[in-house]
Amino acid sequence: MSPELASNWVALQTIVRREVRRFTRIWPQTLVPPAITMALYFVIFGRLIGSQVGGVGQFSYMEFIVPGLIMMSVITNSYSNVVSSFFSSKFQRNVEELLVSPVSPHTILIGYTIGGALRGLAVAFIVTLLSLFFTHLQVHHLGVTVLVILLTAITFSLGGFINAVYARNFDDISIVPTFVLTPLTYLGGVFYSISLLPEFWQHVSLVNPILHMVNAFRYGILGVSDINIGIAIGMMLLASTVLYIVCIRLLKSGRGMRQ
Amino acid sequence: MTPALSIRQLTKTYANGFQALKGIDLDVAEGDFFALLGPNGAGKSTTIGILSTLVNKSGGSVEVFGHDLDRDPSGLKRCLGVVPQEFNFNQFEKCFDILTTQAGYYGIPLKQAKERAEQYLTQLGLWDKRDSASRELSGGMKRRLMIARALIHQPRLLILDEPTAGVDIELRRSMWGFLTELNQQGITIILTTHYLEEAEQLCRHIGIIDHGRIVERSSMKDLLKTLHVETFLLDLKESTLVMPQLSGYPARMVDDHTLEVQVEKSQGVNELFRQLAAQKVEVLSLRNKSNRLEELFVSLVEKNLKKVAQ
Repeated sequence: MSPELASNWVALQTIVRREVRRFTRIWPQTLVPPAITMALYFVIFGRLIGSQVGGVGQFSYMEFIVPGLIMMSVITNSYSNVVSSFFSSKFQRNVEELLVSPVSPHTILIGYTIGGALRGLAVAFIVTLLSLFFTHLQVHHLGVTVLVILLTAITFSLGGFINAVYARNFDDISIVPTFVLTPLTYLGGVFYSISLLPEFWQHVSLVNPILHMVNAFRYGILGVSDINIGIAIGMMLLASTVLYIVCIRLLKSGRGMRQ
Repeated sequence: MTPALSIRQLTKTYANGFQALKGIDLDVAEGDFFALLGPNGAGKSTTIGILSTLVNKSGGSVEVFGHDLDRDPSGLKRCLGVVPQEFNFNQFEKCFDILTTQAGYYGIPLKQAKERAEQYLTQLGLWDKRDSASRELSGGMKRRLMIARALIHQPRLLILDEPTAGVDIELRRSMWGFLTELNQQGITIILTTHYLEEAEQLCRHIGIIDHGRIVERSSMKDLLKTLHVETFLLDLKESTLVMPQLSGYPARMVDDHTLEVQVEKSQGVNELFRQLAAQKVEVLSLRNKSNRLEELFVSLVEKNLKKVAQ
């Protein structure tokens, strides 16, 4: 390994360690609230309302919504981890510690992305454990399940990074989660199958990338999906690649960080 | 020998059109203790910002120990440690973690990073604060933490942007001692400061920057030699309202116990005291009205201001 590569490898471990330390240090803000929210979803939508709704296809309503709620946790937490961590680094100016050091932009980006993905996966793990109190889970296709959850975590971590670069104040880091991610997630087939919608709205729903992620993950767990899995995975790969390139360009230009 | 720092025709124009640097040339030799002085807004922090890559230059070139900023930014960064003017660490992180994290960014493995963190926290008197969040530190402690952080990768060139601003006198003097020690170990130091006494005490060479240009660049000794007139304040034993008659020494009474006298270097003070003694004026003590470097600094900046106005 070249000295430059070895140095960046240590730097990557450092960034990841710092990110994990950050979200575990403030666990009452990062790990507990999503667990409580999802437990409430399980009780209210899964148990109380779900018992009135009946099943979706061959599955109970609780079984149907669990994969969607796990994905919802991954999306929200991966995104918010990177956006809040990187923006507060900019706000407190300690991002300068990174910028004055010889760490490459790729290392910085990969470090933050791994940090975001790890928080998303940590919350997903907690939510999955909680779901076991309410339903029985079995994995239909492990490879698809792992690939989809990883790609989703990476895509939204990268999205959070772009938001953090452009954000000028704390309001700017909550606009996208509130006005874009939450509606898209709720309309992304977490609580219903799009086959229940009129044909026109089924076509409109296909534009929503979160629908593809949720359904691909649901396929991995339950073996059923409203969409083509190959297209969904291809789309996620494309999205994460495009977002990565955008992030690297922003980092190299120093936008919002260098004068 | 490769200079520690070599700047050629460095320019910076900000997005709002303000031209902060108008073509700076500057060399700092390896091992030097160099003062970069200038009034507020002169271009000191912009220059340091460019060196540390936090400000993008508009033109010109910068080399640190032969590593070009454009061609080898990574090599340049490895040689350079910067202590910025404003605190810029994570307020919630522990002091020890701040140092080990910074070491990690430079590729220093965790075990070695921990050893160095202990070494610098101890040297700067912060070891017992290692587990405190940085926001819990006093202003002086935060300054020392920034110095420790800048040293963690053992840079060959250390740049300090007003390191003793807001630090009490006792601590300032202990930091002077520490910086002198670092310089004696071979680290080249560039310092910006508003305390001209600090520059005079510590630095061997000096550059004065004003309106984005270097207006003076010489050794501290040579610069101080150019000072022709010094102003002294004499504390008189007896109260007097009558001005002593002094031939060849412009003077005035500041109050009934204090006499202000201008003395040219060629004149010396013996004749002054002879004249005062002849008039039975007893002097208890004598002091400089202001720091010698301060007088020079003001005169150079004023001269440049006139030039800019023309």
